[in-house]
Amino acid sequence: MKTTLLAAGISSVALMAAAETPVLTVYAGDYFTSEWGPGPAIETGFEAFCACDLQFSTGNLLPRLLLEGARTEADVVIGLTTDVLARARETGFFAPHGQDLSALTLPVAWPDDTFVPFNWGHTAFIYDTTRMATPPTSLEAMRNLPDGVKVVIQDPRTSISGLALVLWVKAVYGAEAGAFWADLAPHILTVTKDWAESYGLFTSKEADMVLSYTTSPAYHLFAERDATKQAAMFPEGHYFMAETAAKIAATDQPALAESFLAWVLTPAFQQVIPAANWSLPSALPVADWPAGWADLPMPGKVLFLNETEAETLRLEAVEEWRAALSQ
Amino acid sequence: MARSAVTMIAPGVAASVAALVLLPLCAVALQAGGIPRLAVGDGQVVWFTLWQAAASSALSCALAVPVARALARRRFAGRGAVIALMGAPFLLPVIVAVMGLIVVFGRSGIVNQGLAALVPEVLSIYGPPHDQMTAPSISIYGVQGVLLAHVFLNLPLVVRMLLAGWQAIPAERFRLAQTLGMGPRDIGRHLERPMLIAVLPGAALVVFLVCLSSFAVALTLGGGPRATTVELAIYQAIMFDFDLARASALALLQVVLCLSAALLAGRMALPAGFGAGLDRQGFVPAPPGWRRGGDALWIGAAVLFLAVPLGAVALGGLPGLADLPGSVWAAAARSLGVATLAAALAVTAALVLAGARARWIGLAAMLPMTVSGLVLGTGLFVLLHPVVRVQALALPVTVLVNAAVALPFVYRLILPEMRQLQADYGRLQAALGLAGWPAFRLVTLPRLRRILGFAAGVAAALSMGDLGVNLLFAGDAGATLPVVVSRLMGSYQTDLAAAAALLLVGTSFALFALCDRWGRHAAA
Repeated sequence: MKTTLLAAGISSVALMAAAETPVLTVYAGDYFTSEWGPGPAIETGFEAFCACDLQFSTGNLLPRLLLEGARTEADVVIGLTTDVLARARETGFFAPHGQDLSALTLPVAWPDDTFVPFNWGHTAFIYDTTRMATPPTSLEAMRNLPDGVKVVIQDPRTSISGLALVLWVKAVYGAEAGAFWADLAPHILTVTKDWAESYGLFTSKEADMVLSYTTSPAYHLFAERDATKQAAMFPEGHYFMAETAAKIAATDQPALAESFLAWVLTPAFQQVIPAANWSLPSALPVADWPAGWADLPMPGKVLFLNETEAETLRLEAVEEWRAALSQ
Repeated sequence: MARSAVTMIAPGVAASVAALVLLPLCAVALQAGGIPRLAVGDGQVVWFTLWQAAASSALSCALAVPVARALARRRFAGRGAVIALMGAPFLLPVIVAVMGLIVVFGRSGIVNQGLAALVPEVLSIYGPPHDQMTAPSISIYGVQGVLLAHVFLNLPLVVRMLLAGWQAIPAERFRLAQTLGMGPRDIGRHLERPMLIAVLPGAALVVFLVCLSSFAVALTLGGGPRATTVELAIYQAIMFDFDLARASALALLQVVLCLSAALLAGRMALPAGFGAGLDRQGFVPAPPGWRRGGDALWIGAAVLFLAVPLGAVALGGLPGLADLPGSVWAAAARSLGVATLAAALAVTAALVLAGARARWIGLAAMLPMTVSGLVLGTGLFVLLHPVVRVQALALPVTVLVNAAVALPFVYRLILPEMRQLQADYGRLQAALGLAGWPAFRLVTLPRLRRILGFAAGVAAALSMGDLGVNLLFAGDAGATLPVVVSRLMGSYQTDLAAAAALLLVGTSFALFALCDRWGRHAAA
């Protein structure tokens, strides 16, 4: 009898709790929420103190928001990259984050009142030390690769990393970008729709180098104990890219959304990023990075086009790429 | 009475299919707000799209004729397995097929390694080797790669369509031809050619339309922006440039191109009209002599071409199979459910539509093939979003769209045999007053069971492999197996991705084989 009453009491409390638990809807990219992405750890971590239910909803972020317009269910969006921020801001869907960004440890200044960066990295060409003894030592050297060396890249018209590459080349070569592409063209094995397909061609030994990120070797090193994958470091600098989180202006959970953005900048969140997102944490001093991460080779020079510069150059840079590779 | 029921149901189904395709297209155009417009360079994109589709279709059909004829007239151990194999590549998710082809024809693939190992040895007969001597190699990257992949994916479907055509020629005609002393050449002219004229345009059209909307294959194997197709431009417009005006213009253009092709092919595809035989199938005379060797060569080459890349996919996936987590198996179960429902829906609709004779109904059945899957998904999203929580509907919408996408294939497969059936038995049925369910059970089902089984298998496997609609409808608990494969690939999990791809291929093929077996057993 007692236990029945107790059980009834507990279940009614649980029901009330369930009825009153506020839901924070976070839109994220498709890879983000799978058990191999950072999503599950982020959800558990936030729910431990927020007295809320964090629900991820996956899909292609900006197209989906634009289609949903004012009727969107999103409270927070996580995963917009630096090169699309201009277009994201233009929608007017986002509200100022209201956070103190002094904890940021990015290599670039971040005077942004709307988008909170949660990770960062650089674009780089990855090679396999067992198949390439002497990798190119500069971006310029990519124009004179030995015969038979093949590189696989992503299409800047369909992939964010592909876009980063054409902006990288544009930042280094300016008006000469077209000439760079013409020289690299014979060494481009093929162009893929997205990063995953390119990387698959590289790991299956079809391509000698792949366009990816300086942090890609970390996956092989820490998850597979394989030190043969390396990023080729170039003195011209490497193109910076960060992913951001932001609050939807029309959210019905403004306090929770702000609490989530504040949590993004805490060490508890940041510690998850390296090994779950295979990228660098945006607000964590190097001394606090997980073991081994501080020893990864880092580019000496960081190239960064702010969102206005990137958006201004985007169409021109993509067209130069297309024209040179269509010859 | 039943006759009038059918005449009413068919236009209803056709109108629903048309609405399912055209409403989303209009929704995207309206959402865009602006006037649909094209960009500079789109002309070149359209030209590349058209000619690669035409070339892929022509090659697939040309190669399928000798292979299908060889299979139709020869009996050998393992013939059933070879015919079953013919179902497999068409059912592969394109990304998996590309992986398999690269293992065989890629830079470090089996063929190039073989060339590198053998050729210097052969050359050394003519003199001592020297440093400059490099083995010749082939490259899969370029237009030749696009064509190779499209032939790999579509040749088997055409072979199966033609094989069904050969088997549908009544045995009495072959016997009569033999009695008249006709040789293989005369049989070809008088019996086989009319059948090919009836079946080939439909097959060519299907392959042409499939290749017209190809984009990942064309881009990856095409080697770069030279190989941009209309579908890639649509993907770019929706996912990257958020330019719905351009997306709807391109989608509309694609519909017009496809419908023109469908009209053209529909004009040519006519039933042969020889009169019915005594309904005993499966006898095709097998000419002796050099033709026997030729047939063996064709069958052997086709089996090698299809089986080796498939084997490569299987070998690549095996190591990770044991490590697949529960979520992948759950996604597999979800995909199986979606595929079964979609196949049932598609076959039912196709049967209804194939029974009707109006020209517009035939066009409506082909309509889903003409519209970009991405635009369809986006349009449905635009339509449904104001009314319901779209994410919760991910699976029902996927079933519906997959059924619609499979419908044109199923319809094209069933149509020639349905027409033949009506020509041969229609008058008898009318004389006996046989209609409705009894007519279906006694006349239609036994005659069409072979093709219905095959068509259901194709539909089921097609929806197993579909990723398209899931891009926007990803659904948080509703991820299907292809979505999981792409998630794994995006998280460095290459081995698990290969294993999940193998699971996908395995379940697709099992589902296909099950349906196909049901059909073929009936016919035997």
